[in-house]
Parts: sequence; C-alpha cells; structure tokens
Amino acid sequence: MLSKRIIPCLDIRNGQTVKGVNFVNIREVGDPVELGRRYSEQGADELVFLDITATHEGRKTFVELVKRIAFNLNIPFTVGGGISELKDADALLAAGADKISINSSAIKNPQLIDDLVRYFGSQFVVVAIDAREENNHWEATMHGGRIRTGKELFSWAREVENRGAGEILFTSMNHDGTKNGFANEALAHLAGMLTIPLIASGGAGTMEHFADLFINGKADAGLAASIFHFGEIAIPDLKHYLRNAGINVR
Amino acid sequence: MKVAIIKYNAGNIQSVDYALRRLGAEASVTADHDEIRSADRVIFPGVGEASTTMDYLRSHRLDQLITELKQPVLGICLGLQLMCRHSEEGDVACLGIFEETVKKFVLQHDQLPSMKIPHMGWNTITGLKTNLFDNVPEGEYFYFVHSFYATSGADTAASCSYPAPFSAALQKDNFYAVQFHPEKSGTAGSKILENFLQLKINQ
Repeated sequence: MLSKRIIPCLDIRNGQTVKGVNFVNIREVGDPVELGRRYSEQGADELVFLDITATHEGRKTFVELVKRIAFNLNIPFTVGGGISELKDADALLAAGADKISINSSAIKNPQLIDDLVRYFGSQFVVVAIDAREENNHWEATMHGGRIRTGKELFSWAREVENRGAGEILFTSMNHDGTKNGFANEALAHLAGMLTIPLIASGGAGTMEHFADLFINGKADAGLAASIFHFGEIAIPDLKHYLRNAGINVR
Repeated sequence: MKVAIIKYNAGNIQSVDYALRRLGAEASVTADHDEIRSADRVIFPGVGEASTTMDYLRSHRLDQLITELKQPVLGICLGLQLMCRHSEEGDVACLGIFEETVKKFVLQHDQLPSMKIPHMGWNTITGLKTNLFDNVPEGEYFYFVHSFYATSGADTAASCSYPAPFSAALQKDNFYAVQFHPEKSGTAGSKILENFLQLKINQ
C-alpha cells in the first residue's frame, strides 16, 4: 500500500539552512547536506530545499549545494526558489535534483508549467501554492504571502493540474508558523478535486496534527520545518505514532 | 567493476551515477557502443516518455545493442517499461526482452482515499525472486514515480499493488529491471544496487 509521506523542508540562504517563522524572522540552523543525511537516516520520505537567497551569486551557490546534496542523499528531494525559466530547471536537473518547485513564477507565467512538463516530465514539476483565507475566500499569494494575486485557490489548483504539474504543495498562510494544525478543510477539498498528489504545509505543531492531516485533510504528504529542525518532533517517533493511529507510513 | 549507465534523452540519470559511486563502483554515463558492450554491468535508467525515447534509441542503434548484451543489465523505471514488449504510452513497440506489456494506470474513483496518478511515493513489494533481492525482506518499501506500469507475467520478479498488482521487478536471463528507483530508496535501494553489482555472470 502506498504510504503517506513525511517531508522536512529546509530553507537555504547562502548555502546554509534557515527557517523563517511566518516567513519573517530568520535563524541559522546548520549545514543542509548534514541535516539532509540525518533526516534520511531517521526515515524522512523526501526532502525539500528552498533557496530563499534569490540573488545571482546565491543561485550559483545553490546549484553547487544541490550537487552535494544529490551525491550524499539516497532519498528523493525537491528544490525550489528563484526558478523562472527552463534553463534554471535544467541546471538543477543536471545537478541531480529529482523535482523542482515553482511558485510565484507559475502565477506570473502559467505557461511555464506546460513548458517545464513538456521538457522534463510531470514527475519533475511541483507547483507550490501559498494561499490565505479571508471571509471564507482562499486567495493565492506570492512572495511569502506579502502579495495578493487575485487567483482563487481552488480554480488555480485545477489550472495547475490541467497544465500538467505532477504534484501540488499547498501552504496555508493562515496556519504557517502557528503550530495549531494544518488547514484540513481546504486540504480535504483540494484532495477530493485533484487527481495528482497533494503535499500539505503550514501549521504542524504536534504528532496529532499529522494524524489529523492524513485522516481529515486527506493529503498524501505532510511537510514541516522548525518542529523537525529544533527536535520538537523526531521522525521515528512521528512514524510510530502514525502507525499506531492506523495510518500507513514507511 | 565498470558500470556503464546508458545515456539518452532522459531525466535524472545523475542520481544513479552517484548511488553507484557511493557503492565504490566505477560508473560512467555513456552512449558509446564499445564502452557499453565492454562494461561489467549495464544500467538502463530513465525518466521520460516511451515512444520518443524508443525513437531516440532506434536512431542511435541502442535498441539492438541493449537486447544483445550478455552481462547483467538493470533497467530502472522507464528502462523497465522499454524492456517490455509494448507500451500504451505513445502506442509503441518496445525492446521485447520481457513478454509483459505496459499499460496506463486508470483512475478508480471507488478507491478510498481517492487514487492519484502518478503513483508517487513509497510502496511495498512482495513475491521477491532472484538474487537481486538477497537480504531484502518481503514487504520492504521502495520509492516509485510512474503513470504507466508493466503487467504481471512469467518474468515478474517482484509485485506491487496500486490498487491492482503490477510488476515491480522483472527478470529474464541476464536482464533485470525494477519499476521503483533503487537510487532513491534509502538503504533498501542501495542493497538492490549492491546485489546487482554482485550478481554472478551466467548464473
């Protein structure tokens, strides 16, 4: 049986991991390759590395880092941040990335999704959607939630799927950093309408939140950062907990 | 031990190279016929679309080369599918090393939770045959990413279900193939690659 995936996410700035709480305050937490390897040994199912540098020099550092990660890691990993054209994706593929994640660039130029899928295959293309709810209306946002896009979450998710993306990574900006649980209602709606896998992000605080995510939010994978980085939840304990809750995990 | 990884217009081949190098094998990514023929082991990896890839293999005469190889050959993912008789992806005749055929997963809405395509993530394999699975327990998890699958048949060497059974591995003579990605399947995956490197020739 296909298992539910647990995915630690590492934000990278200038080749080092950081975690932005609510995407604002940034703290250093260590070497990405070492952290990645530790997570792999602990049973993480995949990893996500997001480059938040977004400068030209930072990009080059990131591609070099992706090579080191690929050489040292034996589980799948996704890289994201600053990918706005095919050649960015091509450099990351050549470095050994399994998947890329695009966000703002897909909103600005939705055709980019089709182009990436045509050149690299849908399995390579994850589209991240950061959305915020206001008065029962979910709107996709850009740049860490600072910019509104006018795109309604569910119709945008449908469009992303129709353009051929292989997975959707949904982050609720209302829940991100709160540690009060995932946006299960919106997630269940997305999971029900999509035929591609759904990764949920934003709000993980306890092991119970992950059980709720898989049972009520119907997501295929759960992503989190600080609770793993700061050792608040150990992945082996989380897997054990989920198994006892009747959820199929590796 | 020289391992040739067949280079063609496919996705992430780099990871296979890295995984072999982590095991101490001398791996090279190559389309050179002599280099492939003289290697101790050949890996036929791949992520991509079946019909365009078959066109590419034919135009570079790699189709004939692969079927004539005598050393242990390991197909991975699309590699496995192209070693079958036929693929529904682009309705194309493939290499025909294995009797099995390749079909597309069909969405089954009665599945709970609802079935997703591609089949992406960690799934268990059972019915393990051949030395490729030495010291790999029944029910071990491996990482899969695919929208097409090989049917079950005489060459099936391991099975997976999504939701119906399909071939997770195939084997015939010196030809081995896995649908999952051993290079991305943690320590269990490394064990498969290690076993492949240790296979006895002419076994």
